Amino acid sequence: MIEQKTIPLDEYTRSPSYWAIVLRRFSRDKVAMFALAIIILLFLVAVFAPYIAPADPLKGSMLRRLRPIGTPGLPLGADELGRDMLSRLIYGARLSLFMGITPVAIAFVIGSSIGIAAGYLGGLFNSLTMRTNDIFYAFPSVLLAIALSGALGAGVTSGLLSLTIVFIPPTARVAESVTTQVRKLDYVEAAKASGANNFTIIRVHVLGNVLGPIFVYSTSLISVSMILAAGLSFLGLGVKPPEPEWGLMLNTLRNAIYVQPWLAALPGVMIFMTSIAFNLVSDGLRSAMDIKS
Amino acid sequence: MFIYALKRLIYVLPVAIGVSLICFMLVHIAPGDPLISVLPPDASADLREQIRRSYGFDRPLPIQYWIWLKNVFQGDFGTSIATGRPVVEELRKAIGNTIILSLIATLIGFFFGSLFGFVAGYHRDTVIDKIASFISVIGVSVPHYWLGMVLVIIFSVQLGWLPATGAGPGGSSAWVWDWTHIKHLILPAITMSVIPMGIIARTVRALVADILSQEFVQGLRAKGLTDRGVLRHVIKNTAPTALAVMGLQLGYLLGGSILIETVFSWPGTGFLLGQAIFQRDIPLLQGIILVLAMFFVFLNLIVDVLQSALDPRVQRG
Amino acid sequence: MSEDTSTRRTHMADAPLLEVREITKFFPIKSGLFGRATNSVRAVDGISFNVLRRETLGIVGESGCGKSTTARLIVDLISPDKGDILFDARRLGTDLTLNELRRNVQMVFQDSYASLNPRLTIEDTIAFGPIIHGVPREYARRLAWELLSKVGLDPKRFAGRYPHEISGGQRQRVNIARALAVKPQIIILDESVSALDKSVEAQVLNLLLDLKKELDLTYIFISHDLNVVKFMADRVIVMYLGEIVEVGPVESIYAETAHPYSRSLLASMPSMDPDHRSEHVALAGDPPNPINPPSGCRFHPRCPIAIPKCKTEKPLLHIQKTRGHLAACHLTAQQQETF
Repeated sequence: MIEQKTIPLDEYTRSPSYWAIVLRRFSRDKVAMFALAIIILLFLVAVFAPYIAPADPLKGSMLRRLRPIGTPGLPLGADELGRDMLSRLIYGARLSLFMGITPVAIAFVIGSSIGIAAGYLGGLFNSLTMRTNDIFYAFPSVLLAIALSGALGAGVTSGLLSLTIVFIPPTARVAESVTTQVRKLDYVEAAKASGANNFTIIRVHVLGNVLGPIFVYSTSLISVSMILAAGLSFLGLGVKPPEPEWGLMLNTLRNAIYVQPWLAALPGVMIFMTSIAFNLVSDGLRSAMDIKS
Repeated sequence: MFIYALKRLIYVLPVAIGVSLICFMLVHIAPGDPLISVLPPDASADLREQIRRSYGFDRPLPIQYWIWLKNVFQGDFGTSIATGRPVVEELRKAIGNTIILSLIATLIGFFFGSLFGFVAGYHRDTVIDKIASFISVIGVSVPHYWLGMVLVIIFSVQLGWLPATGAGPGGSSAWVWDWTHIKHLILPAITMSVIPMGIIARTVRALVADILSQEFVQGLRAKGLTDRGVLRHVIKNTAPTALAVMGLQLGYLLGGSILIETVFSWPGTGFLLGQAIFQRDIPLLQGIILVLAMFFVFLNLIVDVLQSALDPRVQRG
Repeated sequence: MSEDTSTRRTHMADAPLLEVREITKFFPIKSGLFGRATNSVRAVDGISFNVLRRETLGIVGESGCGKSTTARLIVDLISPDKGDILFDARRLGTDLTLNELRRNVQMVFQDSYASLNPRLTIEDTIAFGPIIHGVPREYARRLAWELLSKVGLDPKRFAGRYPHEISGGQRQRVNIARALAVKPQIIILDESVSALDKSVEAQVLNLLLDLKKELDLTYIFISHDLNVVKFMADRVIVMYLGEIVEVGPVESIYAETAHPYSRSLLASMPSMDPDHRSEHVALAGDPPNPINPPSGCRFHPRCPIAIPKCKTEKPLLHIQKTRGHLAACHLTAQQQETF
């Protein structure tokens, strides 16, 4: 016990942590890095929209309705109310990303809490929460989102609420299953045997091992959420006009496909690009975390 | 086997009750007085009173639910606000069209999905695999309603080969298996098939790669089994899971057809649902959601039982 | 089973450090249409024993006999249906808290990898116990370093490593250090060396003996390997289908084996000396289903010398020739009467 004072604790080899290794593997994945760059770019565009957009996205002109792509002064043409398409697509990134990511983020917090608690506590609590979960899980996600926001009526809040409710059950289910696996491992038993309380065990031993897989699963939901959120607006639910949002733009331009077909398809390109970028990043994260391979 | 089916059925009942509860609540989560959401705005005082009584809106919620459930079991889903006709009638017309569309889309998706998945799994980690996998990523990432629009732009607007909307000439909604009707089906079915294609391709790729890497297959090869023999073996082992995924996807498409049916004005349940939302026709919305969700629940059950009949190892606890 | 007889031991003055009294655990089996508990596995069926200060108590038996369940019952990782745990003459649940018990009784598991959190460095794993018991972080780290050198791992090389980077033997040393970190009096070693290579196993066993001497530890050593138990233990408990069939000092258990099950078990043990390999018939068949254990003596269907009484009457633990040696067999009990 006396010698402990003499051991210098500073010079020693420290291995890179799990997350450092995952990050290094992820940064070597060219496809995923490219997709991540696109996402970062989209975020920058959304944040700095007022500085980038050449025109006011809400200001229309009856004189230049449905101008084609490449019109001088209107690089991507003008929509059915004569508003600058490029500016609307740039501003549209704000609401579209917000509507796509927020529900998954909230569902990540709520679903993980429910799932981890159910997985860790097990027993009756687990049965009750997971059986309730199954009921929501029994709906196809599109149908549930549309049913809820259809009943709640159009609007950003009702759209966000519906999508959040759609994504909580699958997140909770994944969280429950990984937590149940971790809970049975000896190191959790060992931690219990050292006298740690449940809260400490969850914080130190469970979270570090389950949040990663749940997080990756959630990132894969962002792509679905982007498509669904834009889909709600496309149906006239979700975002209300005249706000620029890609799904809503697709909806209002739908009647113009006989006049300016490619102009009408533009907002969908943005949705597609965002969705595929999130999917590729999610795939990249998944394989970066699969360290055994 | 029979016990398993019975067990699954008993397990499904609480889920079905929960689903019906959510559908029931749709009327009540709609903002404002529930009476207003199930009545046309110009309803007479008489009708108002009649509806109030038949829904039991003056009674406590559990009793309302019970009344509603009893009506549903007797085939009474309420009356559409927009048309004034019973919801059941509206549904009956639409559901056949949705089944035709979803079924054809699932079959197309299954065919191409299996093909891509098979080729990718067979040539694992080659360029072919990478291309096939990329196609399936595209399949799950593409906003299908937008894809539908693009196909309409190419094949209807630009080329003029196929009709853009409807299920038949002159906006007829009665389906007939002839070329003029099938022409209307092609674009929506292809658009819709993209969703199951991506998922089936991913599943089949993983299954095939897994089976081929197993030792007994390598053993069969070493024993001089021909490629055709190996192929037959692989198909026999992938089929049950692939078919199960296909069944689940069919259920998913039946319930999730609204966006595509809206794009193509396909007169199915999804299109009807779109109209119900547009006109805030809550009884119609409620009826459609209930029928589609129940369809999904029981289709899952059937797939589960069939799959366990094909392969007893997959019984779920 | 009587705890009174088992406490009647060599040194009456030496009060037991840990007492296990009539402890029972049945695991319900869910089956049938509604998933009701229709039956139960009698994992541990009313067993009692004492652990003396500074001794090594071995527990042997085939897999499924309840050894590991017993270990987990002692530290309440599994809650018993019935029975009491007493540490230092204080009863768990009355004048002894679970926290106190767990600080004093630590466990080392079989799977060295699964028992270490893969996201924590080795020093963090070892320091975890002390930190949750209120030891300041920096001091806990120093303690971890000290313990690492104590278990033969150079802290400078190992403290900052992750479990997957080191070998099985090294991991098990880390697990021992982790157990020692909360300064326990008893360590339960549940098949702790069973997964290791023979040469590594020997090194870890020697480390355990050194640590025991240096830190005045008491061990409960659970293993299916009778050679290792013979090497480590002072006293041995033989378990069969959730019950104790024989208990006694290691020498008399191995030399004057009383219970036919213990004899079969010893006969199936690979001898270190090829010239002295037993000719005895090894155990035939698997142990019976613990869901519906046989009536009377649970060993009777496999017993080579069973008599009709064995089928109907449950034998109790009886005193044998050597003091502290008890066996639950009608035949050895009869023999004593004829002496």
